[in-house]
Amino acid sequence: MSCNKNRDHLSQGTSEPNSMSISEPEHWLEEHGSALYSFALLHLRDSHRAEDVVQETLLAALKARARFQGGSSIRTWLIGILKHKIMDEFRRQSRELSNSGSQEEVREASELKQMNAMFNGNGSWAQPPTDWSAPDQQLAHEQFWSLIDHCLEALSPRMARLFTLRELWEMETEEVCKELSITPTNLWTTLHRARLGMRQCLENSLPH
Amino acid sequence: MLTCKHASRLVSEGHERDLNPLERIHLHLHLWMCSHCRHFKKQIDQLRLTVRQGWSRGDIPAKKPLPAEARERIRKTLGEQSGHPDG
Repeated sequence: MSCNKNRDHLSQGTSEPNSMSISEPEHWLEEHGSALYSFALLHLRDSHRAEDVVQETLLAALKARARFQGGSSIRTWLIGILKHKIMDEFRRQSRELSNSGSQEEVREASELKQMNAMFNGNGSWAQPPTDWSAPDQQLAHEQFWSLIDHCLEALSPRMARLFTLRELWEMETEEVCKELSITPTNLWTTLHRARLGMRQCLENSLPH
Repeated sequence: MLTCKHASRLVSEGHERDLNPLERIHLHLHLWMCSHCRHFKKQIDQLRLTVRQGWSRGDIPAKKPLPAEARERIRKTLGEQSGHPDG
């Protein structure tokens, strides 16, 4: 039932789906499991959920492998499927939160408090932003992303979710609002708080 | 006059929507006079740019290995779903 066009070739590693592979999905798991897991963890914060979406991704890839044209790398293709699964999870978390009543109020109060703490009573900066040189010039890529990861973790799940969709995935406002059933104003307020949080965390963490 | 709190809010929103003329004027005036908010704006711009560039380059390192127990569990599940290899 899979596409047999590559029948004559021995498995060439990660680049081609192959009907004679011992187990293609197992090979994907070997080659890409950790990359998928790291990606999922960055977005979902929870190791169990991350494991689940990796499994769901590989299962979906298994079903869809006949349709993989080979135009992009296997990893890019798998990450594409993973992003869909992550988006499903974001939708679910967003729904759960908005249905949670008082939990939502607590979250809002906590976020507001965090943001207000960054300013004095008269509206001036409590901890004035300093002059950075570009963050990634100061750190190696790996270190920078460790820092981003660390600072994302300091945000509430909701703030991290919205920041990720707008800043990393570059999803348009309209789409984010539609997917997560929030208003633009709501989104922008949260993004502002997320940026305040991120920049404070980064500033505190960068070498001086 | 804008407070820094308000100005920072407008800086953020300026990335999301068009500010109206009044907002724009007030913000520019404030930024002209306030180095802290200039730094804030620069930081936000740099953060955006660096994050987006790194992201689109696929810079996320695979730093966290998939736990062995999860790997095994997933392998089993995949094996069950794969059924017999095609001949």
